[in-house]
Amino acid sequence: MAQLTGAQIIWESLVKEGVEVIFGYPGGAILPTYDAMLDYPIHHVLTRHEQGATHAADGYARASGKVGAVIVTSGPGATNTVTGLATAMLDSSPIVCITGQVGSSVLGSDAFQEVDVTGITLPITKHNYLVTRADDIARTIHEAFYIAKSGRPGPVLVDITKDAQNAKTEFVYPTQVEMHKRHEHLLSESQLKRAAEMIDQAERPVILAGHGVLISGAMRQLRDLAEKTQTPVALTLLGIGVFPREHPLCLGMMGMHGEAYANRAVQAADLVIGIGMRFDDRVTGNLKTYSPHSKKIHIEIDRSEIAKNVHVDLPLVGDAAGVMDQLIPLVSAQQRHNWIEQIDEWADDTRARDILKRDASGKLLPPHVIGDLWQATGGDAIVVSDVGQNQMWEAQYYRHSAPRSLITSGGLGTMGFALPAAMGVKFARPEAEVWVVAGDGGFQMTAAELQTIQQESLKINIAILNNGFLGMVRQWQEFFYQRRYAATPITSPDFVKLADAHGIAGIRVTKREDVIPAIQTARDHPGSMLIDFRVESEESVYPMVPAGADLHAMIRRPVEAS
Amino acid sequence: MKHTLVALVEDKPGVLNRVASLFRRRSFNIESLTVGHTHEPNVSRMTIVVDTELTAPHLVEANLLKLVNVIDVHDVSNAPTVMRDLALIKVQADAGSRAEIAQLADIFRAKIVDVAPDSVMVEVTGDEDKIDGLVELLRPRGIIEMVRTGQVAMVRGAVSANGNGNGNGQ
Repeated sequence: MAQLTGAQIIWESLVKEGVEVIFGYPGGAILPTYDAMLDYPIHHVLTRHEQGATHAADGYARASGKVGAVIVTSGPGATNTVTGLATAMLDSSPIVCITGQVGSSVLGSDAFQEVDVTGITLPITKHNYLVTRADDIARTIHEAFYIAKSGRPGPVLVDITKDAQNAKTEFVYPTQVEMHKRHEHLLSESQLKRAAEMIDQAERPVILAGHGVLISGAMRQLRDLAEKTQTPVALTLLGIGVFPREHPLCLGMMGMHGEAYANRAVQAADLVIGIGMRFDDRVTGNLKTYSPHSKKIHIEIDRSEIAKNVHVDLPLVGDAAGVMDQLIPLVSAQQRHNWIEQIDEWADDTRARDILKRDASGKLLPPHVIGDLWQATGGDAIVVSDVGQNQMWEAQYYRHSAPRSLITSGGLGTMGFALPAAMGVKFARPEAEVWVVAGDGGFQMTAAELQTIQQESLKINIAILNNGFLGMVRQWQEFFYQRRYAATPITSPDFVKLADAHGIAGIRVTKREDVIPAIQTARDHPGSMLIDFRVESEESVYPMVPAGADLHAMIRRPVEAS
Repeated sequence: MKHTLVALVEDKPGVLNRVASLFRRRSFNIESLTVGHTHEPNVSRMTIVVDTELTAPHLVEANLLKLVNVIDVHDVSNAPTVMRDLALIKVQADAGSRAEIAQLADIFRAKIVDVAPDSVMVEVTGDEDKIDGLVELLRPRGIIEMVRTGQVAMVRGAVSANGNGNGNGQ
């Protein structure tokens, strides 16, 4: 058999894993692999920073459901991936990150650009490997892809020494993964029957649906379960899209900036069914007073999430689609008029406070921009939001109906995520209309990727909600720190000129009536376009449950004038 | 309350680090952790004692199982189990008190494994309570130094943590 170098084996393996695009940045310790790259049919995207490469791979993974791939060099190249790996870890996003490493003979000697990257990334990867022999590369990459996408997905890092990349060996790609099999915890008939009884007997049930529903592909099952049992569905931030926002049983997002009526429903419920979600603190508020009258059923693939934050009366450990397939035939069809009428009443109160329904006296408010974006795109765009107020307004006012149509950093809350992630989204879904929604702060964190977008000739539309503040932190300072605006006022470059300097079209919008025309201009423009929306500077996101407060103790938008 | 978990792990570099890092990161409170070889090559065995007042054992078990290098985990707290801890205790002793210490050691089925002009070293094996008992009796005589291995555990009868006695860890 022909002998290949370790570098060639890396690409052979990536091709076998179906990788079509890889995001990266070359450097000394990964040079042999970059040299071999030119002979393989994988498109390499040179991001302007390794953090951008990891976010792009993450965006690719979330938009496609496939594993995203990253390749960077040792030392600073590797440490720059840390934020992206942690982002993927917290949001269960499958990426495989290959890092070059100094030669094995100098490992541990503080050689040039040497860093203990497997040590550094141990708590922020699902698993990682240090490979020092060419013989181990194929097996390790195969395992890495398997681990990244199996069970609860997550990032896997493979650190490969330079000598392993240079050494020659036979290339044999494994056909199966040799890993220890876990005991399958099969659901018992009695557990499922008991769950069905609990659902049948409940008068005020609520389903809490999260990212796990999307990962499992359990959208149909969720809809069947909700409709058959007439159970309203509240969504986590990452669950947005798994249940259509316009569905009569959809309560929208719950939690800190969730719909007030969704939170009220959770607090009043006598049964909570968590599906593929983890009762995160942004979802529950104060655990002691969280949904105090309800029994809890938790459908979750990761056993370590069961009873981590919230007492669970009945855990159903398994893949969301599989569990629901078994559960749906056992539940009875229900009508729950009283409960649904009650929630509708609460929803009316929310509608009365909706900023979009009120005269904003000429002001350009961020919810206007998002509401108009939803209208102008017919709700069919993939929106990649950044972190902070822009993210919450997007989640509230862009009424997502399709899975994978909102891509955002939830668990880690990584500012600067949106722009690079959108590149990955565009590679995964080239036919889709992709919008970045970012604030002026987060956008500046990774704005260098504008040039990557240009180099790759990608068509991405960018909406910056520019309020001159690190808005969410400013909001907390307004509410909880007597308006002492420590380090939250932020200046920005002229974003239109910045875009222009990168060869990307840009326009500025300062008036409400110009929002939709600007969005249309961007949609019609063949290349990428940036819109600098100069929005009201001290607008806050409502409602808000202060951190650690009771979920029903929401700060609401005042009903009177805005 | 204490719970005892037995974990079979791959005998590879860094595996102990992964387990220790998990406990640190999740703030799991661990009473003791021992690790050693098993009868199978490439398989190590950890005995982990958890203080259940501070840490939920099911979370320790579930999180351990998420580590790729962990083969299996058993909570043996409710099974009939042999638990053993080994201690070496160096105590001040001159010619006058040596015999008395030897007698105490005898009662605990401990052994004197070293004698010096001013000290003796006692080796004792047993469950935690038994060793604690001997330590308390020796303490007034002046303990110079002591080391304990931490507990190891094995369930009685023919069952095996490595699987149904076939020893392939699957």
